[in-house]
Amino acid sequence: MNIPKRKFDTLVIGAGGGGLRAALQLAQADASVAVVSKVFPTRSHTVAAQGGMNAALANVLPDNWHWHMYDTVKGSDYLGDQDAIEYMCRAASRTVIELEHAGVPFSRLDNGKIYQRPFGGQSQDFGGAQAARTCAAADRTGHAILHSLYQQNIRAKTHFFDEFFAIDLVKDDEGFVLGAVVLEIETGEPLLIEAKTTLLATGGAGQLFRTNTNAHINTGDGLAMALRAGVPLQDMEFFQFHPTGIAGKGMLISEAARGEGGYLVNKDGERFMERYAPHAKDLASRDVVSRSIAIEVKEGRGCGPNGDYIHLKLDHLGSEVLDKRLPAISESIRTFLGVDPARDLVPIYPTAHYTMGGIPTNKFGQVVVPVDTGEEEIPGLYAAGECACVSVHGANRLGGNSLLDIVVFGRAAGNDIIEFLQENHYHRPMSEQSVDQALARLARWDQKGKGEPVDKIRRELQVTMEEFCGVFRTEDILAKGLDKVIEIEQRMTEVRLQDHSKIFNTARIEAMELENLIDIGVATVASALARKESRGAHSRVDYPKRDDSHWLKHSLYYKEGRRLDYKPVRLKPLTVESFPPKERVY
Amino acid sequence: MRFRIHRYNPEIDEKPYMQEVELDIEPGKMVRDALLRIKAEDESLAFRHSCGEGVCGSDAININGTNGLGCLVRLSSLKEPIEIRPVPGMPIIRDLVVDMEQFYSHYRAVKPYLTVHDPEPEVEYHQTPAQRDKLDGLYECILCGCCSTACPSFWWNPDKFRGPAALLQAYRFLADSRDQATAQRLEELDGPFRMFRCHTIMNCVQVCPKGLNPTKAINEIKKLMLKEMI
Repeated sequence: MNIPKRKFDTLVIGAGGGGLRAALQLAQADASVAVVSKVFPTRSHTVAAQGGMNAALANVLPDNWHWHMYDTVKGSDYLGDQDAIEYMCRAASRTVIELEHAGVPFSRLDNGKIYQRPFGGQSQDFGGAQAARTCAAADRTGHAILHSLYQQNIRAKTHFFDEFFAIDLVKDDEGFVLGAVVLEIETGEPLLIEAKTTLLATGGAGQLFRTNTNAHINTGDGLAMALRAGVPLQDMEFFQFHPTGIAGKGMLISEAARGEGGYLVNKDGERFMERYAPHAKDLASRDVVSRSIAIEVKEGRGCGPNGDYIHLKLDHLGSEVLDKRLPAISESIRTFLGVDPARDLVPIYPTAHYTMGGIPTNKFGQVVVPVDTGEEEIPGLYAAGECACVSVHGANRLGGNSLLDIVVFGRAAGNDIIEFLQENHYHRPMSEQSVDQALARLARWDQKGKGEPVDKIRRELQVTMEEFCGVFRTEDILAKGLDKVIEIEQRMTEVRLQDHSKIFNTARIEAMELENLIDIGVATVASALARKESRGAHSRVDYPKRDDSHWLKHSLYYKEGRRLDYKPVRLKPLTVESFPPKERVY
Repeated sequence: MRFRIHRYNPEIDEKPYMQEVELDIEPGKMVRDALLRIKAEDESLAFRHSCGEGVCGSDAININGTNGLGCLVRLSSLKEPIEIRPVPGMPIIRDLVVDMEQFYSHYRAVKPYLTVHDPEPEVEYHQTPAQRDKLDGLYECILCGCCSTACPSFWWNPDKFRGPAALLQAYRFLADSRDQATAQRLEELDGPFRMFRCHTIMNCVQVCPKGLNPTKAINEIKKLMLKEMI
């Protein structure tokens, strides 16, 4: 294992909102922090979040954190852990204020306070009238937050490893995580980063699906690193399809479009959400709206020559709202569809968007695994953001809760890491064997000869996932899907690179990203096949009802033996009464 | 459609060359789509890209002589053969990938973060909609580098002139009603090079994929300096 080494107190893998919020907390506490990111930090996918971040500031309508908590529990279809949800909703307002103080250019109300808009699944007074809880910087909130967090990290002198790809975690025989082996993309040389703690903040895996709102980089690298390190993935069957992706292309059109008054119509011009969700209509939960769109299309009420999409109507909002509140999506619609939202209807269709499942953590960001009847932390390993599963989103995430999740739990993880560092003064001895294992993963791609290309396998994986693990699922379809992804996994051993150069070899990076995606694909389909009920985003046509007596529990998927295990949902909040499961109507 | 693509792999090639490529692709697609199709056939082609919708700022390239984002430039708007090169004036790492470090270091040098000296209130700093409007056209920058790498003043003095992107960000904080570091920010930009190398050539304005106007921001900084002097 003769490779260069760097030593830090703490390592953060991923420079989106979660990673940067944690890094900021740590750097301000005078810990030495290394942030490893495979892209320059402001290219991380947080930058693409549009609509906003939920916090019960009550700047526009009456609100409080407890109502937010109720909405989040209900939105999760009761699979969310209520202690973590209470923690997040209570922390929300303070977290938004911190961001504002850090420079985020939020839109403003006439009284100078932060602008808030209505979003899906929000209510006042535990299921009453629509709330307005989403703090927004026009429709570029993710961009505004990510850039501000990066800027504050510049000020805090965080050490960045830009364009370094994380290959694998390093751990010792006692199960301590000791850092990671990373690859400098520019030189093609590996580097060992030793750290007393490692935080995975690598984001989601939207690239599993052919049509998605995600960036090319969203390949779930941290999820797969965790799997390979023996950590299970939790609730992977729950993948969110965003109702309004640009039809056929996938670019996101924010829920803010409906929050600001836009609505969906079918080919008859009918505002069909009134039938599916009489109360919340177009602002029902995302799982509900996505299913409704898919049903409209399936039953022949889709728009266009092939009847394969639905229209989003924005032309009645007026140019003032479009220019002021929705400038970026208006531009996107003009660029990618060549239509004008001020005059034309916008073709949309549900599109793969968000990984609800992930690396199991507690509310301090510590990665936890089941041991006997309880849970134990993996010493030195943390996860936050989309790659983690706390679980605050359960079976379905509410719009505006993802930016909140990353900042709240990035910060919480940072705080817990500071405590860990106070108790653990020294680096543990390095495990050479573990480093060698990580390097073997890299060396595998030096194999020469003929083989299938990476690009072909990736496309097959994406098509398979879309076809066999989409919005509507059945035993039969999922079983076929599982066979197919396992076959793809086996074919992967025969894949060879033709380009073996070192300098900025993106083919080699994409090969390792594809390995990651395949592991996550198998986890997703296997978990979906096993769950015989419909809950949130997991919609089983053959088991159309939620089944709390058998399935009010989290799935845990282990790579070894493709084993599934389960653990109970934490229904007990921190201080308030539990919200017991009840029928979910919008 | 016909393409000519800048290729250079320092491990193999003695010097850069232009590769001719014919591609059967719908003209409604974007340049990035074409590059992805070419890469699917030839994995050795290196270029940066990610979100595909013009917000991450990864894929700044030079297309038929003009800087732009590959994901936002439609093939049908271009004359064939479509020439794709790295953005000019930066050290080339490989193919279409350039070393952006100098660009980033100028960005960091303008201290692009909100600076407030007063004690923090427990609520948000208040800002009127009109004050907030002043940040429009500034905060949206995605740091793609299209502007600075199209700027002759930046080509000539890449070590001393901050360049349009960094100056736009400098003004983003000067224009923020919450920021309290105006004097230091202006002082830092004084002198013959850091800002005053701008000769209002306005290439930056022409190429910005987000429709921002760094030249205007630079003029606003100059006005503030004048005001400060008086």
